Amino acid sequence: MEYVNPEGLRLDGRRFNEMRQIVAEVGVVSKADGSAVFEMGNTKVIAAVYGPREIQNKSQQKKNDHAVVLCEYSMAQFSTGDRRRQKFDRRSTELSLVIRQTMEACILTELMPHSQIDIFLQVLQADGGTRSACINAATLALADAGIPMRDLAVSCSAGYLNSTPLLDLNYVEDSAGGADVTVGILPKLDKVSLLQMDAKLPMETFETVFALASEGCKAIAERIREVLQENTKQLEYRRAA
Amino acid sequence: MLQSKVFNKKTRGGRIQKQVREVYLRDDIYCGAFSCKSCDSSAARLSSSKIIVVDTNVVLHQIDLLENKAIDTVVVLSVVLDEVKNRNRSVYNRIRLLCSNPARQFYVFSNHVHKDTYVQAMEKESANDHNDRAIRVATLWYQKHLGDTSQVLLVTNDRENKRKATEEGISAETIEAYVKSLGQPELLDLLAQPTNEDITMEDADDSRPSKRKLIYQEHKPMSEITAGLHRGIYHQGKLRVNRFNPYEAYVGSESIGEEIIIYGRSNMNRAFDGDIVAVELLPRDQWQDEKALSIAEEDDEEDDTVHLAPDNVDDAPRTSNLSHETSGDKNAAPVRPSGRVVGVIRRNWHSYCGSLEPMSLPAGSGGTAHALFVSKDRRIPKIRINTRQLQNLLDMRIVVAVDSWDRQSRYPSGHYVRPIGKIGDKETETEVVLIENDVDYSPFSSQVLACLPPLPWSVSSEDVSNPVRQDLRHLLVFSVDPPGCKDIDDALHCTSLPNGNFELGVHIADVTNFVHPGTPLDDEASKRGTSVYLVERRIDMLPKPLTEDICSLRADVERLAFSVIWEMSPDAEIISTRFTKSIIKSSAALSYIEAQARMDDSRLTDSLTTDLRNMNTLAKIMRQRRIDRGALTLASAEVKFDIDPENHDPLNIGMYQILEANQMVEEFMLAANVSVAGQILKLFPSCSLLRRHPTPTREMLEPLLRTAAAIGLTLDVSSSKALADSLDRAVGEDPYFNKLIRILATRCMTQAVYFCSGDLSPPEYHHYGLAAPLYTHFTSPIRRYADVFVHRLLAASLGIYKLPTVFQDRPQLTSVADNLNYRHRNAQMAGRASVELYVLIYFRTRPTDEEARVVKIRSNGFIVFVPKYGIEGPVYLTGKGEKGAGDWYVDEEKQKIVKMDGSLSYSVLQTVKIHMEVVEPQPNRPKLQLTLL
Ligand SMILES: [Zn+2]
Repeated sequence: MEYVNPEGLRLDGRRFNEMRQIVAEVGVVSKADGSAVFEMGNTKVIAAVYGPREIQNKSQQKKNDHAVVLCEYSMAQFSTGDRRRQKFDRRSTELSLVIRQTMEACILTELMPHSQIDIFLQVLQADGGTRSACINAATLALADAGIPMRDLAVSCSAGYLNSTPLLDLNYVEDSAGGADVTVGILPKLDKVSLLQMDAKLPMETFETVFALASEGCKAIAERIREVLQENTKQLEYRRAA
Repeated sequence: MLQSKVFNKKTRGGRIQKQVREVYLRDDIYCGAFSCKSCDSSAARLSSSKIIVVDTNVVLHQIDLLENKAIDTVVVLSVVLDEVKNRNRSVYNRIRLLCSNPARQFYVFSNHVHKDTYVQAMEKESANDHNDRAIRVATLWYQKHLGDTSQVLLVTNDRENKRKATEEGISAETIEAYVKSLGQPELLDLLAQPTNEDITMEDADDSRPSKRKLIYQEHKPMSEITAGLHRGIYHQGKLRVNRFNPYEAYVGSESIGEEIIIYGRSNMNRAFDGDIVAVELLPRDQWQDEKALSIAEEDDEEDDTVHLAPDNVDDAPRTSNLSHETSGDKNAAPVRPSGRVVGVIRRNWHSYCGSLEPMSLPAGSGGTAHALFVSKDRRIPKIRINTRQLQNLLDMRIVVAVDSWDRQSRYPSGHYVRPIGKIGDKETETEVVLIENDVDYSPFSSQVLACLPPLPWSVSSEDVSNPVRQDLRHLLVFSVDPPGCKDIDDALHCTSLPNGNFELGVHIADVTNFVHPGTPLDDEASKRGTSVYLVERRIDMLPKPLTEDICSLRADVERLAFSVIWEMSPDAEIISTRFTKSIIKSSAALSYIEAQARMDDSRLTDSLTTDLRNMNTLAKIMRQRRIDRGALTLASAEVKFDIDPENHDPLNIGMYQILEANQMVEEFMLAANVSVAGQILKLFPSCSLLRRHPTPTREMLEPLLRTAAAIGLTLDVSSSKALADSLDRAVGEDPYFNKLIRILATRCMTQAVYFCSGDLSPPEYHHYGLAAPLYTHFTSPIRRYADVFVHRLLAASLGIYKLPTVFQDRPQLTSVADNLNYRHRNAQMAGRASVELYVLIYFRTRPTDEEARVVKIRSNGFIVFVPKYGIEGPVYLTGKGEKGAGDWYVDEEKQKIVKMDGSLSYSVLQTVKIHMEVVEPQPNRPKLQLTLL
């Protein structure tokens, strides 16, 4: 199968280093302390954050002087168009864990002892890159909730198909069986917070794919910052009025 | 700009699912014209002011024309490319090649993502109409975009599309009109003939279907075929035409589990070799009659060419009618189901090479002549073509493509594609050999070459420190090959161990270190399957830097290898076997003759010579043991040429000498292959690639037995061991007799074949010729893809790499094995054809008298084998077609042809003196003729 044609165009018309269209909005769930919708092309994720609030189940607390971060990931029944059961399948459990660890690493948990932060994520539409979209949505929702963070945790994926590194794989590209590298970074601190790959790649190839995904992360961070600034302006405006 | 494309897709479960796909529309798709001021011209291709846009059908049917240099400045739209890709992969590859060729002006315009030419499907619009509309929109865009600077023409043969285009203000033409406007009449030869559906009223005038006789039965419509297949009335399969009798074909049908025979052109009903057809069985009482009838009906051209002596049964003509002749009893011959073709499900038409049937030039030149094309491949029927350059083409080898075959014509119609060169010319005929055997000899594409490691390559420190790679550079490793061999696959070492045993190593080029699964390089090698060796040319499976340098285990350089290392007792028993990736440094690349000379020279006592002698001693024991087990030491007649370095003509030909050194290397290669076969099958019982040699059936050995019986020799063919023993006993008065019997035995055997272990049961894995229960190919990965595959299996069995995904896909594995068998067979056929060509060239200037042996009696003479040159051919006692003419009669039982008055007779295996000379019965059709002295 040809995923990049000799003209350098992918099946959906993008070039190798182009991301899908990003749409993001915060404050979409009024009941939550913070919330956001994040879309990358046809992948759409909603995030809601509750907290920091008093810890409910003390046994979950490992370090007394740190806040506990909990994460629940789910996929809406209608998200793929394919009827699937198993709400708590292994993939969801694994994803919840990965997102929780990534977010925990960027939240200043030491500032909020004896408290817990709940992050709920639901995939409304899945078209590849849900893992990254979840992290980006969670970051937006956490920021919306005013939870102190070291940096904005952002994520983007890149793959390797037809001997070409490709940024931000959609579902068709993702199912092609090539390598898919999901990278999460803390852009200001210039640190990698997440790195996952589900196939083997030669070292040099991996490096170019990784570099491409990191570039994508930086672009997303820029976009997220814009969304948050816009939101702040809106708030200021409303307060003034 | 973003567009959502919504469509419905049928899922695997059969449900309909709505699919939403995004399309990103772009503003950075450029028109590709140098004259354009508004576009980025870095990728521009189109320099002329006359630009043509072609539609899908023009690309699909007129690709031969498009490939001609006279056609240029063509815009190929992405929607057209997509559709071509779906409909015909090979045409797609050809148009892609044109688009990437910098010498041609073919520009791909990605209209499907351009912001101004993207066309959303309208409700109830068919896919076809949608594409046509997209093509018109794009053409119109070009017209407006380029304005007065250029003339844009849409070329389409679709009437409706052309009408709409004209309505919308687009200039549109048919391909015929366009070609005519170019003023080069010979280009018209390249136009595909319109198929029946395309015939318009004007064209219908001269073909007058009503006046013409229907020769073939109608092909059933597809719906009826599907229904018939479903109900079991029809059987689907691939039609294979007998290479030696084009009026006989077979269809292997899964539904009845046996081959269906199709006799005669009318039952084949316009199907070509390789077509997927639907067959209907004939009534049982016609199974036998049909055969007699078809042979009587068609003039069966006997194979009267001199050719290389066959190496196995597949090289020799089938002689199915002989058993019937001898017994004279209809019921004795096994009755096989016969059938007739009712429809063609998928055509296997491609282009063919050959020449035009000699004909006189029509009066007055310049007009269109109807000529008949005769393919070199006898399985292909003659093809009718129209040409305006008959005079130029009569002496040429040409390529012709088939367009259609309607019920009224005895022969299919096609069109001329290109010339290859003058008939009889060495380069031309060599190219013919390659094309005919489907050998891809085009240069490697840039994508393939991009997979090569940078040059100059050398072993890196990472290779040395790699824990899976053992450093064997300290060993005295050397290679033994034919003189001048550049692609050295294998090297050997042999050290004496303190305990009196030997350590023996077979080191094979580590090709899979450079050829990774799924890369363009791997795909190409897999497609080619094997390197092809012609008399003066080698067509490589892998690009030259790998073949001759990086992989080749040359002397005095460090190379990566995959090694099989045994500990062997002095009586050649294997005590232990291990496999490892390694680094070696060969200290000598010897030729067989050099190695032999070293072993024979008793003054030499250096360690290399000692190692050689030790190895040879071990190899002889191993060989004897193999023969004791029943391995056949068959004889084949391999010919070699001395070539004039100046004009590249053959100076001398002779039989290839097999030395002890050859057998020594062969023995260790066999042993390595056997060891590897065991290892991979142990770890991967269902997906190993192995090689088997089927036990010949009694029926196949029949010609050998008949010949033996005629001279009072009894052969025991109950097992390979029994046959080997009786071959050993077959000693005649002259020293050549035994060899001759072995040669005759060899040609009764089929070839060994590759297969996937999961497709057969273990008893079927047997290799008859080698008397080995398991065998595979591991030792030549530079020139055989099977070995590349086996290297991957072996590496995976050792835990070095994961098994590539293809190994989990059984049908794909089977198709890989099938392709390897096909390529392997073709490579051999090409090699033989090339030798035959040089034999012909050699004898052109050297009429020779030579001794020959009668190997088969025919009604009008006999076939002789010329041992000195390894060729065989017919000797006629009576004029051709006279069939004995009453002067001679054949004594079947004694395999003898006797003159009526009893004064003269010739019997099988008899020595005769013959004269060999090249004659030209028809102009430009030279052939080697054998006559009795
Ligand atoms: Zn332009």
